[in-house]
Amino acid sequence: MAETARRDRVALVLRAEAAGVRARLIGALRDFDRAEDALQDALTAAWERWPVDGLPDRPAAWLYRVAERRALDVLRREAVAARHAPQQAGEAAQAPEPEELLALADFDDDLLRLIFTCCDPSLRPEIRAALTLRTVLDMSLEEVARAFLVPPRTMEQRLLRARQRLQRSGIPWSVPTGAELPARLNDVLRVAYLIFTEGYATTSGESLTRPDLCALAIGLMRRLVRLQRGQAESLALLALMLLQHARAAARSDAAGLPVLLADQDRTRWDPGAIRQGTVLLEKALRLRQPPGPYQIQAAIAAVHANAPSARDTDWQEISALYDALCRVQDTPVVRLNRAVAIAMASGAAAGLAELDRLAAIPSLIGHHPYHTARGALLWRLERRDAAVAAYRRALGLTRNRAEAGFLQDRIERIEAGEAGPEVQLPERA
Amino acid sequence: MRYMLLIWENEALAAAQSEAEQQAVFADYMTFTDDLRARGVMQAGDPLMPSETAITVSVQDGRTISTDGPFAETREQLGGYYIVECDTLEQACEHAARIPGAKTGAIEVRPIMDFDG
Repeated sequence: MAETARRDRVALVLRAEAAGVRARLIGALRDFDRAEDALQDALTAAWERWPVDGLPDRPAAWLYRVAERRALDVLRREAVAARHAPQQAGEAAQAPEPEELLALADFDDDLLRLIFTCCDPSLRPEIRAALTLRTVLDMSLEEVARAFLVPPRTMEQRLLRARQRLQRSGIPWSVPTGAELPARLNDVLRVAYLIFTEGYATTSGESLTRPDLCALAIGLMRRLVRLQRGQAESLALLALMLLQHARAAARSDAAGLPVLLADQDRTRWDPGAIRQGTVLLEKALRLRQPPGPYQIQAAIAAVHANAPSARDTDWQEISALYDALCRVQDTPVVRLNRAVAIAMASGAAAGLAELDRLAAIPSLIGHHPYHTARGALLWRLERRDAAVAAYRRALGLTRNRAEAGFLQDRIERIEAGEAGPEVQLPERA
Repeated sequence: MRYMLLIWENEALAAAQSEAEQQAVFADYMTFTDDLRARGVMQAGDPLMPSETAITVSVQDGRTISTDGPFAETREQLGGYYIVECDTLEQACEHAARIPGAKTGAIEVRPIMDFDG
């Protein structure tokens, strides 16, 4: 029993420390693969020694020192084999740093640099997300592949190319500062939110058998806000994720069909997550930095999360927040949500007029939520044939089976002569 | 005498726990809290939200300065507390040792300064 507890404890500490040690190794070696090999050696050594010798005082420093020695051994062997000392070995082949000289802050600094490196603008956003899941959040190759619904071989190739690209251009290994910071931080936040939304709204496939991407993204943001303090947008994104994730249990019914925000059983929302998200948003706003898109989105999510029902939601406030969001992030999806908010604040006809104004945006026309929202407003206005046509267009565009089942159900209800529900809005509003 | 039992824990370790492990810890806290109540020693006790929710406030030259994060930059963060009524420091330490977090972090036992009685 004590033996098992000791091993569980060791496993937990290794899980918690691995990413920081990996980050510091990548920084020292400027080579992802060498760093990974050295880390795995050190983890194996720890797994053998710690359950017997007890946990070291500073586990990360212990791991780093062992890994660094292994890496240096490898570099020296390669240098001998090549009969000349390559520059790389010469640079890194200094004596390992003694454990006691490794400050805990070193690992935090390197982890932050690793996060920015994984989210380098030279990589495509999806690759940034995959690389972050693999190297910062310690996911296995198979899990990352499953997260992006590609075969492991494909993911392996993609990650390899990404690492090579970063190494070729020389890993900058710095945290951007000054004028450079906002854009680079925004890249990081986009990656975190991409991971979250990939878990939140499964783009295809039947069910959520994938790793819990929402929880991973929230974990990433918790790390980021502790590593780099005082960033209102980072705090706000964490708040936004918590507020959206609070609705997880109410988002689908027993059959797995999505439940509209208006129809959700709010007693199933997680009050702890709502309180924490609300407090983090307040904290972000208190920093009085320019209101970026995550602060505004979190504010919208907070209005929903703290409203007793869909009807008793401050739609004027939400509509005004969408106006503000359009000013900092004018995207088709934001405009779509703004139109829905207008419908809620000022009536279905006003919302429909706004939606029809958006009909010239090609990406919205190919986006099923646009037609779903139109269908709902047309139904509400008793324009049944047009409503059915809109829902059918949505049906032709969705790849998600649960979503398709939901749309089919709407069409059947309209054709059976049911009246449109009073409150209709997409769950993600 | 009243004692405050401050629970210091490594949030990075807590975050690395699986959901099942976290639920087991939560259940242990419920059991411990019930036991303190049953013994009639519990005066108060709460878990705290994680440290990223913290703000540190100080006043310098009459100006209020708010900084993001907890006051101390340490590996361990304040995660919760209990206030217990005990006859001796020894008893307070015994209760502290039974707090589930004592196994994974550390409990600081601080006698409360009472001005009356």
